[in-house]
Amino acid sequence: MSRPAGTASAPAPGRSRRRSRGWIATVPLLAFVAIVFGAPLVVLLGGTFVRQGQITGENLAESLQGAYLTALIGSVKLSATVAGLGTVIGTFLAQAIVASRLREAVLTASGVLANFGGVPLAFAWIATLGNSGVVTRVLGLGEHGWSLYNFWGLTLVYLYFSVPLMVLVITPALDGLRPQWREAALNNGASAWQFWRYVGVPVLTPSLLGGVVLLFGSAFAAYATAAAMVGTTVPLVTLQIANALTGNVLIGHENVALALSLDMIVVAGLVMAVYLPLQRRSARWLR
Amino acid sequence: MAALTPAPLPGDAPASSGRGRKGRPRVWRVVVLSLAALYFLVPMAASFWFTVDDPQGFSADAYGQIFSAPGFGSSLLLSLGLAAATIVVVLLLTLPAMLAVRLGAPRLRPVLEVVCTLPLVVPPITFVAGISTVLRFGPEYLARTPFYQTIIAMQNPDFPVVLVLAYVVLALPFAHRSLDAGLRAIDVPTLVEAARNCGASWPHVVFRVIVPNLRSALASASFLTLALVLGEFTVARLLSFQPFPVWIVYISGSQAQVSVAVSLFSLLLTWLVLLAVSVAGRNRS
Repeated sequence: MSRPAGTASAPAPGRSRRRSRGWIATVPLLAFVAIVFGAPLVVLLGGTFVRQGQITGENLAESLQGAYLTALIGSVKLSATVAGLGTVIGTFLAQAIVASRLREAVLTASGVLANFGGVPLAFAWIATLGNSGVVTRVLGLGEHGWSLYNFWGLTLVYLYFSVPLMVLVITPALDGLRPQWREAALNNGASAWQFWRYVGVPVLTPSLLGGVVLLFGSAFAAYATAAAMVGTTVPLVTLQIANALTGNVLIGHENVALALSLDMIVVAGLVMAVYLPLQRRSARWLR
Repeated sequence: MAALTPAPLPGDAPASSGRGRKGRPRVWRVVVLSLAALYFLVPMAASFWFTVDDPQGFSADAYGQIFSAPGFGSSLLLSLGLAAATIVVVLLLTLPAMLAVRLGAPRLRPVLEVVCTLPLVVPPITFVAGISTVLRFGPEYLARTPFYQTIIAMQNPDFPVVLVLAYVVLALPFAHRSLDAGLRAIDVPTLVEAARNCGASWPHVVFRVIVPNLRSALASASFLTLALVLGEFTVARLLSFQPFPVWIVYISGSQAQVSVAVSLFSLLLTWLVLLAVSVAGRNRS
């Protein structure tokens, strides 16, 4: 898709002048990112290995122990659960609407709901299923020991933006499943199950895995919803970082927040490293 | 917060009507759709009910109280101001760079793509951990230089420039994606060459030829940035500023009904913005 600059017939001086201009126009953006984005990351990396003026691995070691380790595992568990459930539910929902009249409406709604995160989402659910939420009161869930403020409650809330995200990701891939393939399979005597088992799911696999990774990443990075909803009752690494950043640590251990951040970046980076090649692979089916 | 995802462009969706077996409504399809409708609509309805429920019956008081609640106006104005500044900066940075890689420096194009995707990989909370460390340690080392005053000025609570800088980084992927889609649809080198051959100056080319062709892409980039800034909580909260989303949590401590009402209000605001994105996308195709 990239187009060579200029055309072959362009006179050389003009082209070279334009090239130098072009080079200059990218400088502000690259410099901005290097300073505003790069500097904090470099400081974060450096600060991870400094405690009270000395270079040490203690921060990193501490961030992988005790409550911090529990929080990191808790975040990974929550994100993996949300990603797994969100992928399955989102795919079924997408398949249900992909060829129906509701398609456009559901896709537009998904585009909106996928961005519905943060604080308002938490409050909407607290008003619905919180301790004095409307549905909790109407159904008398409180007497049955219902609580929104735990692992599964948070999963339920996170799915609210994860499922629409999955619908957006998987619908183009479902469009890529040509009706001819299905017809060919059925003509050769395949059952619907066999079609999905041997044709549909293998074709969709890159997109499905890409969706899992995307959902994992967005749930892993989410902070606002969890902070507004559960406080610290569910151990999550983002909540621990926020805690440590606001000074809720032993004196001299402030940089544990940076070490935890580094842990997070490593996990998110590994997960994204899987996603990007997969996305390229699944892009083949979008044509 | 959830990653902002642009609303799907209609152009991405080839109509596959041939596949529709509309004659046979399937049971599982109905079940899936009803369950989804239940799951997605009940919290909305319940939140609304929560805000208007009153011992005496129905009352819209909570919505009236939004506007008189202390800090509502100033925090919303701060958020809108931050959004405006972020939009201007992000467009001023990305548009020239993206035009440049199409016109004169194609080798920088993958670099630009990676740079503009990186903020998606790094969770915002780790980014803010880095920023707050810079802001904390910066003054110690820079106390005698003019940078010190700059760092202090950047954290002015009336208009925290540092938030604009952070939001520009967070908005880069979305601005890049929108503009990239817009630029794909037009043949930039040909347009520029044609305009230049006709004697147009560079500013004329950019503002009278390129920008009008990119109107919908620029609009969708701006709206996505607006939605992002209006909903951003993590960075602002951890740097101790109080734009709109942080204020909602603050007010929830004292007035539960009002905070849910404000949540619905901000939701409505975000939805309008995002619907505008999908309309802008529709105009493009």
